[in-house]
Amino acid sequence: MARASGYLKTGYGQQLVLVETRMQWMLLALLAAALLALPLFASFFLLDLAGQIFLAVIGAVALMLLTGIAGQVSLGHAGLLAAGALVTGILTQEAGAPFWITLPAATIAGALLGLLFGLPSLRLKGLYLGISTLALHFIVVFLGQEYETIRGFSTGISVHPPRIFGWELYDPAAWYYVLLAFDVVVVLFALNLLRSRTGRAWRAVHERDVVAEALGVSVFRAKLSAFVISSALTALAGAVFSYYRGFVSVEAFSLFVTIQYVAMVIIGGLGSILGAILGAIFVTMFPYAIEAALETTGLAAALAGYVFAINYALFGLVMLAFLLFEPDGLAGIWRRLRDYFFLWPFRKTPLAGGE
Amino acid sequence: MQLLANYLTLAALYALIACGYVLVYRVSRVLTLAHGEVMMVGAYLLLTMGTLFHLPPLPAFIAALLMSLVVGLAIYWMVMRRMAGETVFAAVLVTIALGILLRGAMALVWTPRLQYPAEAIAMENPSVALGGSVAVSQASLLIIASAVLVYGGLFLFFRHTTWGVRMRAVGENPRLAAQRGIAPHGPLALAWGIAALTGGLAGMLLSIDTGIDEAMAIIGLKTFPVVLVGGLDSLSGAIIGALVVAGAEILAIYYVDPLVADVAPFLVLLAILMVRPWGLFGTREELDRV
Repeated sequence: MARASGYLKTGYGQQLVLVETRMQWMLLALLAAALLALPLFASFFLLDLAGQIFLAVIGAVALMLLTGIAGQVSLGHAGLLAAGALVTGILTQEAGAPFWITLPAATIAGALLGLLFGLPSLRLKGLYLGISTLALHFIVVFLGQEYETIRGFSTGISVHPPRIFGWELYDPAAWYYVLLAFDVVVVLFALNLLRSRTGRAWRAVHERDVVAEALGVSVFRAKLSAFVISSALTALAGAVFSYYRGFVSVEAFSLFVTIQYVAMVIIGGLGSILGAILGAIFVTMFPYAIEAALETTGLAAALAGYVFAINYALFGLVMLAFLLFEPDGLAGIWRRLRDYFFLWPFRKTPLAGGE
Repeated sequence: MQLLANYLTLAALYALIACGYVLVYRVSRVLTLAHGEVMMVGAYLLLTMGTLFHLPPLPAFIAALLMSLVVGLAIYWMVMRRMAGETVFAAVLVTIALGILLRGAMALVWTPRLQYPAEAIAMENPSVALGGSVAVSQASLLIIASAVLVYGGLFLFFRHTTWGVRMRAVGENPRLAAQRGIAPHGPLALAWGIAALTGGLAGMLLSIDTGIDEAMAIIGLKTFPVVLVGGLDSLSGAIIGALVVAGAEILAIYYVDPLVADVAPFLVLLAILMVRPWGLFGTREELDRV
């Protein structure tokens, strides 16, 4: 398959181009056609699974920008998702606001929270930062719980499906296309951000913030912008999630959700958007894959009460295995495989720029 | 007075859990997020001693403690040892993954329902009157006593024994320690072992009072504000941190709202992170090194 060489660049524009050769355009077109055609054949179950994956991709890309690219540890991801969902729930419930008010409101709330989450990052590094974001997670969830108990929604807040010109969005296939479009926009946004000044500043801060500052990057601005953009995206994902489920409850945003998103970023491979997408697919499909494996081996009936525990244990095991043996994640494996076939029969990988 | 008794019990429990975090951090610079699960392992081991071997309380406790020690050593030897030289963040993520793995495995072996080890080892837990209207459970007294014993023992251990000095040396500067002939794996494994032992003890005593299910891991998680308030690398700081956080929590329960109690430790944590991120007794340079 034809690919750009990585070395023969004749202009700066070529370095920045997202799709390099005609072959890659064709493959992308094939992928797009496959994704667009999927609802014509897929069952309701598959469409729901795809919807979950699309939602996870938004959150995972957001976390990838923050942790994988800008290098800021965050363990408050579930708190941000919860914030987005709660803002949507509360606005619909209290003011009957339509989606074109709640979505921007959730995004703005996310951005403000990101500012709040990000402020400690100016003083704290690494571990300490992760812990302060974790503390904020507990506080957001607590506030949500307070609201639910005080207003008497202790079982959760229901959210009506979004309505455009009298047309209601509840058909699974329609949701599929909406979420797909959402994902395309988010991924393009992230990719474009990465080749802009902001993205380069983030990478520089990730590598070494002191050097970045010396090179003229405003570390203050880079860190805060990373938190704000990532949090806004995450809250938006939370808001869309609440519409998709038609229901908001803080119960759904436990610490395990944070761990799942961190796992997506790790398993996918830190530092690449492709990794975030692969990780989101992997982690979302994981429990279903385990269930399917149990079904086919005929063990499902025998282990019926244990499926949840098996899921949990295997999930921990897989995360552990990736951390210990494949820190580059799925994106790293994909890159190695691709290089292997691309270079065959030679074994040498290109030094740089072979992306 | 009842307030004071509850406060001391909670503070002692926090202190007992916290010393595991401090030990592991001090020696290996890793903040373990699997400590709550390690506590659960201890409590479940106690349960098994009762259901499987019908041991009376004291031997059951001793056997479960020894097994907790082995669990800690095994965690280091099988998992954490491989993280040497990796970034701190990666090591912390490994502890998160380990926690999930342990939780799933425990649910598989012991089922996730609430169980009572006190019944299994036929241990009675009468409430003890302390004059006036104040009463605490026997397990609470045991928690306070063991917190005092564990901290006393650890201070002596670090000051006066060869292994204690080795652990301090490795914690301060692993390369220099290795250069002076201390193989770092020994002290590191021991730190994990003792952390699992003390955490397991806390889990066992707590399970006598409240029984054991997944909720115990949350208590483990709620303890790390204690460690950060005191300073991640300071044992005496952990005691002060336990007193501060338990105080905030008890006051929140009595004067504000029991629901606030769950977030109170984290509010204290955020306040301390803003003002003095390295904690009340921590070393300041730690922060720059992380």
